Amino acid sequence: MSLRNRELLNLVAVGLLTAIGFASVYIARSDPSELGATSLTYAGIFMSLYLAAHLVVRYAVPYADAVLLPLTALLSAIGVTLIYRLKPDDAFRQSLWIVIGVILFAVVLIALRRDFRILEQYKYLFGVTSILLLMLPALPGIGQTINGARLWVKVGAFQFQPGELAKIFLIVFLAGYLRDKREVLAQGRLKDFGPLLLIWGAAMLVLVQTNDLGSALLLFGIFLAMLYVATGRAAYAAAGLALFVAGAAFVYHFVSHVQERVTIWLTPWTDNPVYCAQTGELALRQDCGSFQLVKSLYSIGNGGFAGTGLGKGTFTTTSGDPIIPYLNTDFIYSAIAQELGLVGAAGLLLVFMLFVARGFRIALLADDGFSKLLAAGLTFGFALQTFIIVGGVLRVIPLTGITLPFVSYGGSSVVSNFILLALLLLVSNRANLQAARNRP
Amino acid sequence: MNKQITRLALTGLGLMVALVVATTYWQAWASGDLADRQDNQIQRVAQFTIERGEIRGRGVTWATNRREKKGGRTFYFREYPARRLAAHVHGYSTQSRFRTGLERSMNDYLTGQNANLSTVLDTFVDKAKGATIKGNDLVLTLAPRAQRAAQEALGGRCGAVVALDVSTGKVLTMYSSPTYDPNLVEEDFDLVTGVRAGCKRPDALLNRATAGLYAPGSTFKVVTAAAAIDSGRYTDDSSFVDPGYCEVYGKRVNNYDTSRPFGRLDLHTALVNSVNSVFCNIGKTMGARALVSYMKRFGFYEDPPLETPSNEREPSGLYKDGTLFDPKEDTEVDPGRMAFGQERLLVTPLQMAMVAATIANDGLVMKPFVVERIVAPDGSVVQRTTPDELGRAVKTETARTVAAMMKDAVEEGTGTAARLSGVTVGGKTGTAETGIQGLNTTWFICYAGKDQPQVAVAAVVEQQNSTGGQTAAPVAKEVVQALLGSASNS
Repeated sequence: MSLRNRELLNLVAVGLLTAIGFASVYIARSDPSELGATSLTYAGIFMSLYLAAHLVVRYAVPYADAVLLPLTALLSAIGVTLIYRLKPDDAFRQSLWIVIGVILFAVVLIALRRDFRILEQYKYLFGVTSILLLMLPALPGIGQTINGARLWVKVGAFQFQPGELAKIFLIVFLAGYLRDKREVLAQGRLKDFGPLLLIWGAAMLVLVQTNDLGSALLLFGIFLAMLYVATGRAAYAAAGLALFVAGAAFVYHFVSHVQERVTIWLTPWTDNPVYCAQTGELALRQDCGSFQLVKSLYSIGNGGFAGTGLGKGTFTTTSGDPIIPYLNTDFIYSAIAQELGLVGAAGLLLVFMLFVARGFRIALLADDGFSKLLAAGLTFGFALQTFIIVGGVLRVIPLTGITLPFVSYGGSSVVSNFILLALLLLVSNRANLQAARNRP
Repeated sequence: MNKQITRLALTGLGLMVALVVATTYWQAWASGDLADRQDNQIQRVAQFTIERGEIRGRGVTWATNRREKKGGRTFYFREYPARRLAAHVHGYSTQSRFRTGLERSMNDYLTGQNANLSTVLDTFVDKAKGATIKGNDLVLTLAPRAQRAAQEALGGRCGAVVALDVSTGKVLTMYSSPTYDPNLVEEDFDLVTGVRAGCKRPDALLNRATAGLYAPGSTFKVVTAAAAIDSGRYTDDSSFVDPGYCEVYGKRVNNYDTSRPFGRLDLHTALVNSVNSVFCNIGKTMGARALVSYMKRFGFYEDPPLETPSNEREPSGLYKDGTLFDPKEDTEVDPGRMAFGQERLLVTPLQMAMVAATIANDGLVMKPFVVERIVAPDGSVVQRTTPDELGRAVKTETARTVAAMMKDAVEEGTGTAARLSGVTVGGKTGTAETGIQGLNTTWFICYAGKDQPQVAVAAVVEQQNSTGGQTAAPVAKEVVQALLGSASNS
């Protein structure tokens, strides 16, 4: 079977799953009258959106990987279903963002279908744009601080997180720059490290400016991973990590927000009241600073092995007040873990694993340095972002508010991840095409 | 570059595996600990989607459910139709204040989550079918009539009454005053905590029957007499001389009424008339540790056994600086004062009821229980409590001898207020000074029955200005009447 037909078949399977997911939310809401029509319509619209994406893939990148698009469809279907279950109004907006994401996905594919490596020529433009985007939230007037982190930009009614797009631009820049300089860097002369130290400084700056350990860790982690792939020197990655830890420790002492996050991570529960920065009074930490994390853990724990079932989880008090804040963005994983249980949560992580495995496979198959670095960087960024948010929710690392790719509610995240997917498919298409040509 | 990419891929996948491991930890390994945390709001709300089992028994429904649909979900909120009558026993289950009493300790049964393979499978199937989970019912041993008699007899006074079935250990009455209405806990908690009653610290939520620690006063003489006779050193006609006081460490300890020394008398008469000096001398001869070892055989020094949560039960015994104190040397305690119920003795009404029941049960200590059986939604019995012996406190003859003394104490001694026609009652009064002039904690413990001793009662009343015979004995009498009346009806 051809790659594209396989993709189509996978998409049909995802469409069925989407329909079942929506149906079960309706059943749980005991609203069977709407069941047939609405949920099937929803699944139908969802399916046709991805069928359109599929057709664009057929036209622009016919040799691209056949699994990534269906996996994306599955992730976004899980996301929309959960968001619909948690906050129906947001689900409509999220669907709109997916439509915009798919449109941008198509634009990128069609524009770069002949040779995406043209991007390499504009690497510095991408680099500078990336830095500018990162600085945007710091600008007075348009910058927004939400939940303690300065990650947002607001223009009129339009609100977005430029960091998400900056991440992709940074990866494009690094892929081009490192391909260029990899031999020089591998020799290890000190003067060649200037630009890299500059990036380290930028990451620290981002950290201080945004108050957000997560974004800084994500950007710097991507940078170190790509540096390692380019030079083959594990020592660089280790030294970089040490630098980051040192820098973070320094920041830790001066930024109370970061300090608090770490304290919450280490001891979310206290037996005696401690000082509560939010109210200025004494309170148990689980009732104050760490209540989000603790409530999220309760949500996960309540899921158990099989979960409560879609639509049957507990997220509000009996009078309807929400128990967990930011449930459909930062804490969507704890909602999934409660309703679908260990089985569903592990299944979701498996989908992420498959996505990551396919991404690295593309990097391995690609035959030029830029493509390899680009695919590896994008994939690792995707994996690391998943780890940072889910690991934060699970108290593996300090909790920071970034989105779960394709699943969390959030326009900037959805749109930039569709661009990420488009770039991966472009690399894949070229790699498979080259491989087919080289075959005797 | 492929070698590096492979390694990076393994790192990336390793991160995902770490997430699977962490999720497994929280959902399988630690989920029980998370669910048990008092601040687990999700657990609290989720519990309301379960149709909790009823608590009922002997014609009364103590706890039932009110079905309410909110935001597309069905919740089962708790209602307590008997309101204040046995609030301390069944407790409450709420959203904002969590749970107490049997609602807390028997939660697994009430929510059908008890670890019995068939119920686990049933609830799993119910979950899969989307059906509401139904919990198991608790059937209690409490006798509502006697419960009401205790409530009326105590009135606005602080105190508690416990009645046990002598031969089985069934808790027939457990009433603590002031009581509270568990229906008010969720919405009007101020009404619960702001209650006024005839004592300094009313604390309506405290179950005085199992967690109220009181100086036992002369009721403790029953334990001393039993220990003295059982040790073989004394018999009921051992002879003593009462000068009206007893000398301990060179200091005089007076009888309740010093103006009227008894002179030469035997142990039987000493218990009937509650003569302090006699018991003081017994204590000095036997030593504190010998008394403590007998106390332990009656169940002192351990939480009194019952199905309610362990933090709602307190052990009886000697206390030092607020904690239980087990003397290593006889010299650490004044055995003379201890023998007639002073020193630093603190006891719960349930423990003293166990003492009376043990004497009436020929020296065998029965384990108290209040949950007679647990019934599944389909009517089948999940668990039935069978009477259980905790051990032998004293020999049969000892118990019978002490029982005879207690009988005479009611017929001709300090406890005449508990006399009942047609019923044999044996009891012992207690009047413990509180340190405030004219205010006593008063006690009465007794057994009663038509032919054989059937029930044992302990009643305590706080801040009384007269004796146990005048204040606590009438309370115990009302409860005995209600119990034996209802026993003959059934």
